[in-house]
Amino acid sequence: MSSTLLISILSMAVLYAVSVLYGAVGEIFAEKAGVMNLGLEGIMLMGAVSGYLVAVNQKNLGLAMLTVVLVGAVLGLIFAFLTITLQADQTVAGMAMLTFSTGMSGFIGKSVSGVNANLAFEAISIPGLCRIPILGPVLFQQNILVYLMYFIIPLSVFYINHTRPGMILRALGENPAALDSAGYNVFALRYAYVVFGSVMTAVGGAFVSLAYTNFWSDGMTSGKGWIAFALVVFSSWNPLTAVFGGLLFGAISAIGVDIQTLFPAIPSQIFATLPYIATIIALVFTTGNFRNRRSAAPAALTIPYDREKR
Amino acid sequence: MGELILEMKNITKTFGSVIANQDVCLKVYAKEIHALLGENGAGKSTLMNVLTGIYRPDSGQIFCHGKEVSVNSPKDAVDLGIGMVHQHFRLIPTLTVAENISLYTEKKGFLLNPAKMQKRIAECSRSFNLEVDPAAVVWQLSVGEQQRVEIVKLLYHGAEILILDEPSAVLTPQEAQDMFNVLRKMADSGKAVIVISHKMNEVLNNADRITVLKDGRMEDTMVRKDATLDRLTRAVVGKQDYKEHFRTQKNISPDVVFSMEHVCAKNDRNLDELKDISFDIRRGEIFGIAGVAGNGQRELSEVIAGLRPVTSGKIMADGADLTCASARERREKGIALIPEDRLETGLVPDLNFSENIILTRYSSSRYSRKGFLRFDRMRRDAEDYTKEYEIRHGGFDLPVGLMSGGNQQKLLLAREVSGNPKLIVAAYPVRGLDIGAADMIRQILLQQSEKGTSVLFISEELDEIFHMCDRIGVLCDGELMGIRNTSETDVFEIGQMMAGERKNSEKEASSYA
Amino acid sequence: MRKFRYEKRTDVSMARKILNPVFFVLLAFLFCALLLGAMGFSPFAVYGKMISTIFSLRGLTRSIEAGLPLMFTGLAVALGYRMNLNNIGADGQYALGAIFCAGFGLYGPPMPAVLKIIVMFAAAMLGGALAACIAAVPRALWNVSETILTMMLNYVFLNVLNYLMYGPWKELNQMVAQTREIDSSLWLPEFGNTGISLALLIAVAIAFLLWFLLKKTTWGYQMEVIRRSPRAAEYAGMSVKKNIISTLCLSGAIAGLAGFAEVNGVLHRVQADLPNNAGYTGIVIAFLAYLNPLSTVLVAFLLGALQISAVAVQITGVPSQVATMIQGSIMLFVIAGEFFIRYRLVKVQKGEAA
Repeated sequence: MSSTLLISILSMAVLYAVSVLYGAVGEIFAEKAGVMNLGLEGIMLMGAVSGYLVAVNQKNLGLAMLTVVLVGAVLGLIFAFLTITLQADQTVAGMAMLTFSTGMSGFIGKSVSGVNANLAFEAISIPGLCRIPILGPVLFQQNILVYLMYFIIPLSVFYINHTRPGMILRALGENPAALDSAGYNVFALRYAYVVFGSVMTAVGGAFVSLAYTNFWSDGMTSGKGWIAFALVVFSSWNPLTAVFGGLLFGAISAIGVDIQTLFPAIPSQIFATLPYIATIIALVFTTGNFRNRRSAAPAALTIPYDREKR
Repeated sequence: MGELILEMKNITKTFGSVIANQDVCLKVYAKEIHALLGENGAGKSTLMNVLTGIYRPDSGQIFCHGKEVSVNSPKDAVDLGIGMVHQHFRLIPTLTVAENISLYTEKKGFLLNPAKMQKRIAECSRSFNLEVDPAAVVWQLSVGEQQRVEIVKLLYHGAEILILDEPSAVLTPQEAQDMFNVLRKMADSGKAVIVISHKMNEVLNNADRITVLKDGRMEDTMVRKDATLDRLTRAVVGKQDYKEHFRTQKNISPDVVFSMEHVCAKNDRNLDELKDISFDIRRGEIFGIAGVAGNGQRELSEVIAGLRPVTSGKIMADGADLTCASARERREKGIALIPEDRLETGLVPDLNFSENIILTRYSSSRYSRKGFLRFDRMRRDAEDYTKEYEIRHGGFDLPVGLMSGGNQQKLLLAREVSGNPKLIVAAYPVRGLDIGAADMIRQILLQQSEKGTSVLFISEELDEIFHMCDRIGVLCDGELMGIRNTSETDVFEIGQMMAGERKNSEKEASSYA
Repeated sequence: MRKFRYEKRTDVSMARKILNPVFFVLLAFLFCALLLGAMGFSPFAVYGKMISTIFSLRGLTRSIEAGLPLMFTGLAVALGYRMNLNNIGADGQYALGAIFCAGFGLYGPPMPAVLKIIVMFAAAMLGGALAACIAAVPRALWNVSETILTMMLNYVFLNVLNYLMYGPWKELNQMVAQTREIDSSLWLPEFGNTGISLALLIAVAIAFLLWFLLKKTTWGYQMEVIRRSPRAAEYAGMSVKKNIISTLCLSGAIAGLAGFAEVNGVLHRVQADLPNNAGYTGIVIAFLAYLNPLSTVLVAFLLGALQISAVAVQITGVPSQVATMIQGSIMLFVIAGEFFIRYRLVKVQKGEAA
């Protein structure tokens, strides 16, 4: 394999990984807080379309990202209100979020569907580092949202394991009643993490439309939200493991694209199934309960907290 | 007795139409152990949950050091120096002891410093003579150790008023005594200790003052020297007489109905739980399993009922090898199970009365024909059970989750007995029931044994075991510490065995003589 | 200070159970009217156009036609939820059902038409069941999330479908990615000239059958027990694993029948992206129908009407995705409304601690 091909595959893998990692890391935080959001795919779409709309109409990436963050926050608030305040079933509420935001993204995005924004996050070479053979172009000739992820991962690992709020977060998804009796506001904390997760997911969507594929069309995240969701389980709620998962799926997807140029006889649709099949296989092997293992899932995941429950 | 530290006045709390507390008053002084006595459902836990800000009272006042306070959240309670050890510990199993305590007591600082945290906590626990390892992860600790962590947690935070909800329920008699000694030290150092309990002996031996709750009302309050077993009993159960059953009629034949040989099994965490269990049960015999809850009782009953596989050993019933038989096959062989968690396992709370009476026999010809349910029979049996066992319920179409615990248990027992089993495994069959219902449940089991049915009776109440059983086996840490004929042993010996002393003396009663 | 607190209702009347969601559905439409207004469309014009589209004979028959696959996917999803299984893969199961069905219809051996229709019916069920089975086995044996599995399989089978449509099965000399028509002898009989075929009756019959089986048989009883309490089910000697596999496969088989309904009853062929998100709409339907098979058929019809009216408003410039948006809003609002079925708001009395 030539080094250009290798570099192309690996940098595609990095882009793909980052596109799912925003949602995955956000969802890790939300699930550690005890709330599972099945609507990631829809929220990503909303992030993708709202960012793209602003980019097309205002030609301002900063403003676009600000909008994306706001949209993510509003969607997160709606979901938090349903699942935390109204104690709705998280599976059903997640499907409702998915349906609503998928429909809404298609609805508001019709005007920019197929329109070229002529504006996207451009790759920035890091002086010096980008000269490293192979790894340089793969890791250090990327756009700013990729670099941001380089900071998010270690920061979130550090936050979860070595800070007081992180410790509270670890407790939140395990035994909220204990936290409540210790005087913490379980509801406010869960709201905060659900909103954070939703904002991250929306940013992940904007990454797809503004820094990865650079266009908008209906349903264009094509399951990345679901892969992000699967990654959370796959990684045992650990952002660092999620990185490897993301790169793995990214590499499979990128190899699919590149092999296609080598074997044009094999139709593109067959290669397109690869990341999904890889996800299924990975999920079965990593989360399958083969020998009564202790699950890493937060114990109170999907259980609404009801102080007066008897 | 020290100063008046806490006063609750005319507390009323309702849940929908259920009155949990009505006009309850409570005074607690420093330097005392104050027992809150009453049956399950008398409103003890509700009252304490009001005090700790978990529930909001519908009406009533709370005074702390003579000043009226409002406890709107657990945080308010913590700030007032009120701390509670709940029956289900409020610990995070995946965190360390130090992290758990820090979570509760220290709200400042962004970064964690485990070493410093652990050192401070070790110092605190040592000063109160409570040994805990601050670096241990909580889920690896024993129940007694977890309880100690809970107490250290409150002390470390400087709680003035310590509340313990049924603290002895999970402990051996010896461990329980140790715990009360610790509590006495706390009280002597100036704290007020409130102990919720339903065990009269324990209260009589350890409390300074006793308040009795019944049906949500305050029934009586007294200092220890005025308290007698008689007065307490009357206050707790009201007019009803406390009936005691000794086995009067026995119908035990020498043939073995059921036996286990060297059975081992794993628990849900995939660790060895049952180790080398062997015993046999004769026809018409009531065989008791004593021991602190959580020492393998659940696994034992599940293994017998076929809900948990054995890793080695042999299970026989009526001469047939059932080691590998499914739950259904065992049921057909006449093994019935009254599971310890009736609402999670034994009944389906969302389904109605008729649907619950067919739970274990839905595919039998009695209730189904060619795959179709026979609603007429279900209805008729529902009516019969209601009459025969005096089950009170709001209607056959209402979810059984709405029925009281006693009536749920009667329904469950009626269903299991009606299949004419050869062996009934009854795990804590009267736990949490009012005395009337508990009485009836025991009566039904006794009647069954008189008819020649064998009973495996699992309980943590030694009085009850001694009254009901012909032989007693003691479980500790998943091992059978020994088997005794009830007539040849006493509470003291069984208590020692519960604490883990193996007694393979000549008194061993390997079979009923 | 809060002026209200909530209190659990002890009894819920039937009227509240029905009227409460109706009220929140209306709220959802109001909410979407605001969204439409915010996007610069006149909600009156859009809703007016929608209503006038539906309330005509043509509108009615087209609603039924659009609702037909939704009935199958709705029933499939509802059946899964009856055992707490989140089957969001009805799209993929529908796709594989259609592939099997049309594959046999187009390339199967010659045989009498009636027999061939029956085999196609069975093939559609087999395809759907197979698609679901791939998720059902890991779910039952190793407790792998069926939600993610069925979702991932959607993308797999839709790609397979599209591969066939653009590739080997593509109708010759045509631009559109679709197969040729199946032989007209295999078409299901139509009622007059309405475009509604026997497939509707099949959907209704399956709904009745499911309703009956769930209510009257030991099989339905087992499902109810497993749904409410898996532990009680094991205690009662039911095999939870076996029931998970069989229910998910049956759910998939019903979704697969949507393929049969389209291939033999409506389109008489398969085209690219045939399922058109019927699986997701099925989730909304099952939820709004309270998982009752009979009301599922009714709700599917109503959402079918919503979809054709959304297509109709496209001429006023409103994107057709408005249908999905409205469906999502309805679901969000009805979920929020469920809270008020379980609880009531009570004004806090004076002097009461709040």
